[in-house]
Amino acid sequence: MFWEQLLNGLTLGSSYALIALGYTMVYGIVQLINFAHGEVYMFGAFVGLFLVTAGFNIFVALLGAMAFCMLLGMLIERVAYRPLRGKSSRLSALISAIGVSIFLSTLMVLYRGPNTTRYPEVLGGSTFQLGSLQVSTLQIIILLIAALLMVVLELAIKKTRVGKAMRACSQDLEASKLMGVNVNRIISLTFAVGSALAAAGGVMVGIYYNAVWPYMGTMAGLKAFAAAVLGGIGSVPGAMIGGLTLGVLEIMGIAYLSSSYKDAIAFAILILVLIIRPQGLVGQKLSKKV
Amino acid sequence: MNILEMTRISQEFGGLRAVDTVSLSVLTGEILGIIGPNGAGKTTLFNIITGIYVPTEGELLFRERRIDGMAPHDIARLGIGRTFQNIRLFGKLSVLDNVRVGRFGVTHSGLWSCLLRLPAARREEKETELRAMELLELVDLVDKRYEYAENLAYGEQRRLEIARALALDPSLLLLDEPGAGMNTGEKEELMAFIRSIRDQLNLTIILVEHDMNLVMNICERITVLDYGRKIAEGTPAQVKNDERVIQSYLGSGA
Amino acid sequence: MFDAFLNQTIDAYYLRILIFIGINIILALGLNLITGVTGQLSMGHAGFMSLGAYTSAILSVQLEVPFALALLGGALVAAFFGFLIGIPTLRLEGDYLAMVTIGFAEIVRVFFLNFGPGGKAVGLSGIPQNTGFTVVWLLVLVVIVLNRQLLASRVGRSLYAIRENEIAAEACGVDTTRMKVLAFSVGSLLGGLGGGLYAHYMYYINPQDFGFMKSIELLNMVVLGGMGSIPGTIIGVVILTILPEMLRIVDEYRLLFYGALLVILMIFRPNGLLGDVRVYDIKKWWTQRGDRE
Repeated sequence: MFWEQLLNGLTLGSSYALIALGYTMVYGIVQLINFAHGEVYMFGAFVGLFLVTAGFNIFVALLGAMAFCMLLGMLIERVAYRPLRGKSSRLSALISAIGVSIFLSTLMVLYRGPNTTRYPEVLGGSTFQLGSLQVSTLQIIILLIAALLMVVLELAIKKTRVGKAMRACSQDLEASKLMGVNVNRIISLTFAVGSALAAAGGVMVGIYYNAVWPYMGTMAGLKAFAAAVLGGIGSVPGAMIGGLTLGVLEIMGIAYLSSSYKDAIAFAILILVLIIRPQGLVGQKLSKKV
Repeated sequence: MNILEMTRISQEFGGLRAVDTVSLSVLTGEILGIIGPNGAGKTTLFNIITGIYVPTEGELLFRERRIDGMAPHDIARLGIGRTFQNIRLFGKLSVLDNVRVGRFGVTHSGLWSCLLRLPAARREEKETELRAMELLELVDLVDKRYEYAENLAYGEQRRLEIARALALDPSLLLLDEPGAGMNTGEKEELMAFIRSIRDQLNLTIILVEHDMNLVMNICERITVLDYGRKIAEGTPAQVKNDERVIQSYLGSGA
Repeated sequence: MFDAFLNQTIDAYYLRILIFIGINIILALGLNLITGVTGQLSMGHAGFMSLGAYTSAILSVQLEVPFALALLGGALVAAFFGFLIGIPTLRLEGDYLAMVTIGFAEIVRVFFLNFGPGGKAVGLSGIPQNTGFTVVWLLVLVVIVLNRQLLASRVGRSLYAIRENEIAAEACGVDTTRMKVLAFSVGSLLGGLGGGLYAHYMYYINPQDFGFMKSIELLNMVVLGGMGSIPGTIIGVVILTILPEMLRIVDEYRLLFYGALLVILMIFRPNGLLGDVRVYDIKKWWTQRGDRE
């Protein structure tokens, strides 16, 4: 029972991790809490839905959703955030993000109505036995895909030139600019990557829980955000760890405590982390220069 | 009694010793200069005195009272005022209000007295405004009193910061690079100004400065830091001719 | 009595809007104190509204407490929680505080979803409709006057100073943590008061009324008009209370417009409509006139 719940938690946690990565990368580079990110995740789930309904298989759906959301993410950055960069306070960018979030979720409501739509059966309910565990194929696939994406991301950030540019920008934007890095492009790319990952998370959640609805982004977004903070906002490994941890804690909470408080778990953790260790599990303590 | 006694003060930042066992006595009423190459720990020392940093080691006594570990606002209330290397004004407040905020440390009206406009609060407000205007006269910013602080010229901003620091009625004033960005004429005025406020207001003044001319002319004693350590101390004449000082400055290409 | 007169003369629809404007002004001035004046970003103000609403409603409905006391109870409970979470969290950096406030409001929401006496998800109904035009606007007047007093005083100046430059404020003797907690508590008190008035007007409340969107609406009111400014906040409230009504024509699309509006506004007027005009400018203009003569 415990192991099954753990597996469930990891599966849920993978989706949180994928979304959290987008939050953390964007925050790391432009210090913005991208409130619209949850909506990008939601759009990903819907694009996946359309593709799957149209007869394509899960992998095509995944790639299609990721591509679409990449563009969506970059568009949002270009239209709603870039004009504000450097000029206004962080608060204005935050409010702009909220505006985008409202806009996008309403757009989907207008298009599809506020109700839940079911994903058509994608992989069947096949399960198999792993020792004493009842494991569904879907879970394994989700975990593998998520793990693959995260590994690819880590490698890309650590080993490629572009990845190095991204890391440089998140450390010091101005200096990177002076070093000849095309900062605008790197920022766009960051949004693109984060959005693609969120889209993947959306498709997988849609398939796994068999439901998508226009407001699914709000709650998932807030929770993934809590996960990013838990791991250490701005830290990529932090987002991964935070997401998985939060997923596990949430499922365990439902299983062993009470299901009606499940939404509160993420936020209670968020507050506790911020009070006890604001830099998160993995993040580094920053001291202020006076 | 020396107004400030620093005994073997050290400040570590995760492996970096920004200040290394510095001991310093500040004589009441003097104008003391702290100089040294960039990164020598001068501003860190100021931050320790004003409570922004808690020293990793050592003792700090202000008028024979231990202040290391005290919160910055408490230290300010004891009578230590300061200006900052990178000007820290309240940009969107008026010039007058900036100085009035400076009076916070010496006033007491709480939430209720302010809300209900009790007589004590009103008296304090009047007194605050009076004192603020006096200080603005002193730094010649009276006609700009309703300007946003952020709209002032650089030199005016520096003067405003000093006025604000003086609003605390301090006995010790710390000036962090007060002459930065000023031309020769302005620096002359600054020197005269520093001397006059020291005399008129019974202050002890500690200066951090890079302009040697300013330092040599106005400071009565000088302490020299390098790599967080005190390497020399004495009158301007003594320090000017000190081998180690010359070395450290030549060494860093100053 | 005055209310009866009003009910006769003014169309119920407009009366309703006026009452909402009044309640929102109280709520927004509370948030303005926290975020606009002191610069502490709170994105969970609806949580305090909720605490005020539920507390006062339960007091009225279940304990049959008189209206004024119920309102007071609601406001005090909200203030208490503001104080409680303020203490550990106000030493956090801006964005972190915003995160905590979001979390706090969500926890409050989930709590009331599960809280028996509050009716859980079904909500609480049967709240006596004691909130009328007179009560609301009388309180609005009091709140505005007290706010004005506060902001023009020593305490108010220190709050602005914290927003502008916290380290410099400390150097002036301001105990910034204490003042931030103070602002937070007073702000949440007003949030609770507004919540109580809301509950006793709506007759029925449920946890969904006080979700994240509500916090955002309130934040927008404060930001739109110009942060830290009382007239600015009032203008923000008026516009953002009336706007959704005006947009009812396009009903389904109104949120779409709202979202787009926020983005456009931030791009073109990031300091709010009234943000760059202050009482100073009027004072300055006046003094300069005087100096010239």
